[in-house]
Formats: sequence, structure tokens, C-alpha cells
Amino acid sequence: MSKFTYVVTDEVGIHARPAQLLVKKCTEYKSAITLTCNGKSADAKRIMGVMALGAKKGTTVEISIDGEDEAKAKAELEAYFKANF
Amino acid sequence: MLKFNGKSVLSGVAIGKIYIFKKQEYTLVRKTVADAEAEVVRFHDACEKAKAQLKKLYEKTKEEVGEDHAVIFEAHQMMLDDLDYVEAIEAMIRDEKVNAEYAVTMTGNSFADTFANMEDDYFKARSADVLDITKRVVNVLAGIKEAGIDSDEPVIIVADDLTPSETVQMDKSKILAFVTRFGSQNSHTAILARSMNLPSLINTDIELLDEFDGKLAVVDSFHDTLIVNPDEATLKEAEADLKRWRDELSALNELIGLDNVTTDGRKVNIYANIGSVEDVEKVLKNDAHGIGLFRSEFVYLESQDYPSEEAQFEAYKAVVEGMGGKKVIIRTLDIGADKQADYFHLDHEENPAMGLRAIRICLERMEVFKTQLRAIYRASAFGKCSIMFPMIISVWEIKKIKEIVEVVKEELIAEGHAIGEVELGIMIETPAAVMMSDELAKEVEFFSIGTNDLTQYTLAIDRQNECINRFYDSHHPAVLKMIQMTIDNGHKNGIWVGICGELASDLSLTETFMDMGIDELSVSPTYVLPLRKKVREI
Repeated sequence: MSKFTYVVTDEVGIHARPAQLLVKKCTEYKSAITLTCNGKSADAKRIMGVMALGAKKGTTVEISIDGEDEAKAKAELEAYFKANF
Repeated sequence: MLKFNGKSVLSGVAIGKIYIFKKQEYTLVRKTVADAEAEVVRFHDACEKAKAQLKKLYEKTKEEVGEDHAVIFEAHQMMLDDLDYVEAIEAMIRDEKVNAEYAVTMTGNSFADTFANMEDDYFKARSADVLDITKRVVNVLAGIKEAGIDSDEPVIIVADDLTPSETVQMDKSKILAFVTRFGSQNSHTAILARSMNLPSLINTDIELLDEFDGKLAVVDSFHDTLIVNPDEATLKEAEADLKRWRDELSALNELIGLDNVTTDGRKVNIYANIGSVEDVEKVLKNDAHGIGLFRSEFVYLESQDYPSEEAQFEAYKAVVEGMGGKKVIIRTLDIGADKQADYFHLDHEENPAMGLRAIRICLERMEVFKTQLRAIYRASAFGKCSIMFPMIISVWEIKKIKEIVEVVKEELIAEGHAIGEVELGIMIETPAAVMMSDELAKEVEFFSIGTNDLTQYTLAIDRQNECINRFYDSHHPAVLKMIQMTIDNGHKNGIWVGICGELASDLSLTETFMDMGIDELSVSPTYVLPLRKKVREI
């Protein structure tokens, strides 16, 4: 299992449109990807759960990745979070 | 006569008949099904049909209103693919042996509740999306067709709330105004009302009684009211208000094609500020004679990595070409620790307003700067293009910039690229630049005063900080003196001087600026015509 954390800096946080793009991105990987924040967890491949996390600016999100392509997924997703949130 | 109160999302007046928009409700019944698996299949089929409808809606909206309004229907499709949602429904059908309509409704409501209970208004508004997709699936299951507006004349739509799919499917020529009982300033209906210029109210305290249907009513969103069955005096007043509102709108339109000239013959250029390629349409519609500030940040902020020269070139070219030979002033990258693109990997700064931002980043990271300059110069072959550099404080900065510009030009020419004549100017937005304006004017071809930052740096007041509001004065004589000094030093050296900050659209200062000798005012597209009106009255 690989993990990293990220503090959301985007003004409105992970709202509908970015959530939409993030879920699309995560479905590219075979690994199971879980987002945890505010004491809640969500499957990153499921849009409603991701939106319901309510990750706002300043929220720390933990991303854990488990599966065969986890190294690749971790590297790419870290860059993706930095670029988008 | 009955009066109801709401909250305006777009100020205006509408007079017309009320159309009570009631959703064709499916009456929910819980039934036990014998074959749960068949019911799951029925649910899946309905989901597929709903997704197909959404796909069509996406295309329709994209074509009629634009991509920005259409993406919501793509999100809806993804929500219907969401396994949390789908599996919860399947489980309920299987476990409780209930009909799909019931399982979908119950699951949808519980998901919507999760959003409705969230603190943030933005996330709260998403519960409407969950209910929208849920209703769509239930309607497919129950064979209910979506309702449009069944009226021959344009009407005032009164509804509980309108889902994105409902507003989009309405015939826009039949709508005078929206009045909803619920909704928020962030709702899709509110956004649509603003983009269509429809006077509209939300959070209105009216009940959706059938007796209101077809009744004459007045929406006066200047005063946040809906008046049903207005008496003669009220109606007369509303008609006058409506006329005045329309006259104001059309009086502005009559200014299209006219000069920005005062009664005593002084002229000023009125240009527009834009932040994306799509804004060009608004600029042309409002008859601005050029673009005085093209914020290039969007190419960086919308990108996930440094935008390529090619991508930037395409964006700049689209704007320059779109303006058809009118001047386009592109401001180079104005990103700092407060307006971040993460791939820049800027360190956290204690005082971002005074940190590594704008031209300072460009001079520190030459490759980023050169890429942007190359893209702008290549676009300059397609129209009339100028460049201005933000946050200048010293003469050596502009000298350095001009060296880099020369290198870029030589490289482009050597590579066989066509380039046009490009005017170079700087933003005057620091007190240092004002004090040095005599010297700086000798190095550039124009000045554009950025009043927002200039005011913040001059008064040492952060406008976001509400605690010090009483000390803030946007008309502070210190700022006005700085503007005068900049104009004088510019003119002394034979260059033109404009204002592209918020102050440019402050009509109470227009006469002052004209007296100061300002050459150009650049404002958001919708302010161009009101500003022209003001100038012509001086």
C-alpha cells in the first residue's frame, strides 16, 4: 500500500467539476484508491462519495493506493493533486 | 393584490402571466416484487436510458448556452455510474424485494440528505443534483415524460425549485422571469438567469397554488418582490419601471458605434478587461474598441503543468484574430503566492502580496517567461498586439525585459516565424513605479495603471481585511495624486497612459480622470457602454 497526504489549496476545494475529473483520472488505475479526510473515507472512483467528503481549502486529504500499479498511480496522482487542488 | 418577497439574482422588471411550474410528480408506491433480479435489470435499463438523455442534454446545452453550463450533465452521467449509489439501490431491491422506483427514490433521498447536511453552501447545493438524477431514473421507470412550458405567450415561471435539466429543456423565448421558492445564488437557475438577463427571484415566500396560474403578476427584482394581481396604480408604476429598465438597456445599445467623446470634444479610448478567450464575444457585443487588459493567468491556472508555447499561441491568436485588428494588450503572467498554479512549486510566503510574484517570477524563471513571449510574438502576426508587464518597480527590470524580448524576436525570425509590431508597456501598480514614472516612461510605449494593487500598496491596506474597512478609501487623495503624477510623466515623455484597475469603471471619477488627461480606460465588457454614456455627458 502506498500513501501520501495533500493539503487542498484550491479556493472552493474538491467540488463538482474537479471531483468529476479526479474520479475519471482514478478510474485509469487498477489499484484501489481511497481518499480520507475529516474522518471520512471515500472510494476515489465513486463521484458522490468524493464530493461528500467536502474537502475544502485547508483540508488535509490522505490518499492511499493499493494494487499492482500503485507506484505509478501514486506518482501521477501526487502531481495531479498539486496541479488541480 | 398579493405581494411576496424573495431575493433577487438579477435586477430587472417583468410583467406577465404566472406559469406555475409543477413537476409531474410520480406518486411513490412501495410494491413487493416477486423477481428481484428482474427488477434489478429494469433498474439498469432505466439508468442507461437516463444516461442517454443526459448525453443529449449535454450536447443541447453545449450548443445553446455553452460548455460551462453543459458540464453539469456530464457530472450527472458520472453520478449514475457511481457504484455507491448503484449498489445501494441494487441491495435494497434484492434485500427488501421492492420495486425499483421505491429503491431509487429512497436511496436518492438519503444521498441528497448527506449533501444537504454539509456546512459549505457549495456542497449543499449538490443535493439538488442527486435529486435530479434520482427523479430522472424514477421518471424513466414510471414512464413519465418531462414537462416543458405549455403556453403560447412568454410567462413568469413560478416553481419550487428548478433542476438544471428542467431549465435547460424550457423554451427560452417563453420565459420572462424565474421565481422560485427555494434555490440559491449558486444554483444553476440563478446562473442561467444571469446569463440570459432574466429578472429573477429565489427564496420567494409564495405557495404554488393552482389559483395563481395564469394570473397577471409583476416581478420587480430591484425591490425583491413578486406582486400577483397588481392593482391599477401598481401595474402602471411597474410598466413605467419596465420601460425605464428596457430604455436603459436599449439606450446603452444605442451608444454602440459612437465615439467616447465629451461634449467639449475630448476623447478617451474605452477598452475591455478579459480573462479568457471566450470573453472576446462580450467585448465585441459591448463595442469596446480594444482589449486593455488580457489577463493571461488562465492559461496557467487552467493547466496542470507549464502550458506549452503552442497552447498559449493558440489562445492568444484566437483573441487577437477575434478582435479583428483592434488592439489587444496582453499582460504577462501575474501569478504569485496568492494566485497559484501548483506546478510552479512556489514556497509558502508570509506576505505573498510582497513576494515572488508576477514579473519577479518571470525574471527568476527565464524559460517560463520566454515561452510566453514567444507565444505572444507569434500571435502578433495575426492582428494588433501589445504586451504589458506587471509589478515593475525599477528601471533595470524593464531594461532586462527588453533584452529578453530582443533575443526572443531574433530567435523567432531565425526560425522563420512571422511577427508583428508589438507595443511594449508596463503596469503602474507600485508606488515605486509612480515615483520612477519619468524614468520608466523613457523605456516603454505606454503605462497602464493597476489601481487595485496601487491602492493597496499606497495605503498599506489589504482590501480583503474587513477590520480595516473604515480606513480604506478608494478615492484617497494619495492614490489620485499618484495617478496624476503617472499621467503627467507619461505625457511629458510622449507616451499614452491608461487605467485598467477597478477604479476605471467608477463613474464618479470619470470626469476627474478626463481632467487629468487620461488616454484610456479599460473596464469589464459590461461597463464599456455605461462608461461611454458617462463620458458623453461630461
